[in-house]
Amino acid sequence: MQSIRRTYQLGILAAVMLATGCMMFARPPKDLDYSRTRLSAAGAYRATIRPQGDTIPQGKLHRWVLHLEAPNGTPIDGCQITVDGGMPQHGHGLPTKPKVTRDLGNGDHLVDGMKFNMGGWWVVKFRIATATGSDSVVFNLKL
Amino acid sequence: MSPRPNGFARALRRFRDSAAFAILVSSIAGVIGTTAVSVAAAHGAQLPRPRWSADERTMLKSLSLTSLQPLAPDPSNRFGDDPRAAALGRELFFDTRLSGNGKVSCATCHVPAQDLQDGTPLAHGVGTTARRTMPIAGTAHNSWFFWDGRTDSQWAQALGPLESAVEHGGTRAQYAHVIAKHYRGEYEDVFGALPSLVQVPRNAGPVADNAARGAWQRLPSTQRDEISRVYANIGKAIAAFERRIELAPSRFDRYVDTELAGRPHDSTDVLSSNEEAGLRLFIGKANCVNCHNGPLFTDNHFHNTGVPKSKLELPVDSGRALGVRQAVAGEFNCASRYSDAKPDDCEELTFAVTEGDELVRAYKTPSLRSVAARAPYMHAGQFASLNEVLSHYNRAPAAPFGKSELRPLHLSPTELSQLAAFLQLLTTPIATPKGWLEQPSTHVNGDKGHVNNY
Repeated sequence: MQSIRRTYQLGILAAVMLATGCMMFARPPKDLDYSRTRLSAAGAYRATIRPQGDTIPQGKLHRWVLHLEAPNGTPIDGCQITVDGGMPQHGHGLPTKPKVTRDLGNGDHLVDGMKFNMGGWWVVKFRIATATGSDSVVFNLKL
Repeated sequence: MSPRPNGFARALRRFRDSAAFAILVSSIAGVIGTTAVSVAAAHGAQLPRPRWSADERTMLKSLSLTSLQPLAPDPSNRFGDDPRAAALGRELFFDTRLSGNGKVSCATCHVPAQDLQDGTPLAHGVGTTARRTMPIAGTAHNSWFFWDGRTDSQWAQALGPLESAVEHGGTRAQYAHVIAKHYRGEYEDVFGALPSLVQVPRNAGPVADNAARGAWQRLPSTQRDEISRVYANIGKAIAAFERRIELAPSRFDRYVDTELAGRPHDSTDVLSSNEEAGLRLFIGKANCVNCHNGPLFTDNHFHNTGVPKSKLELPVDSGRALGVRQAVAGEFNCASRYSDAKPDDCEELTFAVTEGDELVRAYKTPSLRSVAARAPYMHAGQFASLNEVLSHYNRAPAAPFGKSELRPLHLSPTELSQLAAFLQLLTTPIATPKGWLEQPSTHVNGDKGHVNNY
């Protein structure tokens, strides 16, 4: 029932936007979680992002530190991490191909090549693989 | 007992309580507000002082030239800020001896009196190119050069046309001889001793011409390397010259700076109601600012915007998809032996996206600085006027190939004209050292006259 109601509302919202000429993708969903610490999809890791300089710049290459730990607080090192992302409402990916370039120890991993070339809602997804399995975690960003 | 509401009434009630309802109310309020302003303007009433929200003020500030960071050194060109290199680069920029037919210089297409471009759909050197000439002012702040970003520095960009068969049409050996004969002192002051060119043929280089390419391949690799280094230094000198071609505030910048400082506007920075409406559209509903952002009005990235094919375009012009491969493999890229950068300095190259559907027929977002004075538009001059450009973005047609990122904007003719009015505000003067863009006098009457010896 909840989903039918939601569909009704989104349908009416779409009609309103069309009638007023507004672009649907101009505004991100209101209920996005922008927290910088998130649990991975299957609950295997707790991940924290620490962008260099704290404020995420627009149009500049910069670094992040990704901290990974098990739910019990044990740091996760020695894993394979890939980075992906993009703007869901625009249908495009990241303008660069960021990589984890160094294991800093104590669960910290250096992510190089981060860049966001426009304002709006971005997602950044880390896929983490260890000997015990793989999991992923997605962060929402508002620039 | 009240009657049980039917489905439509229930939906209406839910809608009333939803976010959609709030947006509808604010949209209607916006329309009423806009109408009120329009009516006031039509009756010649004094318009209220424009009010910008905190977010809008942040956006306006980000677009002002005052937000442009000071030009950082180019780590791949350690001569970039050397005034002697810049002075030599200025001479070379205007020198037609750096061409196969002795008639083409950088200034042939980058015309100083025309915002350093040529106003034609496709550039004409010794032949006709497949692309529109790009302007130069402020481009030292860029990460990628050419419409497809096939070079990653200003100096590497300058080298591309010199050996192109349809642009300058010459060879690097020819240019090394020009340097040795006419610029030896200036060159050696900056870059050190020239190599001996006694055994070097007058025309040799990795170019399309079979004879010149054959001559190049017959040279020992050490000699090829020495000549390529002279060639790279020519590019570095031209880049040092171009780095000093900057931008001065436009009417838009003056408006923003005055507005944000809370000072009263005067006749040099006040906006008409149409211009202000255009600015609101630009940073709002028209989504222009998504890509045309920052003080140079570009995100320095590449997008497929469904631009139609040009009649004279290459059979397959895949834009960034090919450009990024050329950049990564580039003989003169940031990571090359001719670059002065350390590996860690080449992050744009290291982290470039090199594959994916998004790259297909994606072209660089051009700066909108002085855009109104720079018709025709797009990478091959496909649109003759700004009105054609705006109409394209409003309709968002499918791309000839690849996938367009655009969505239809549903802007009215009035709104399109407001956007066009706003774009006029971005006409931006060029700022250079005095006389910087004048033809060096030695090229006309002195011993560096237009004699194409090599």
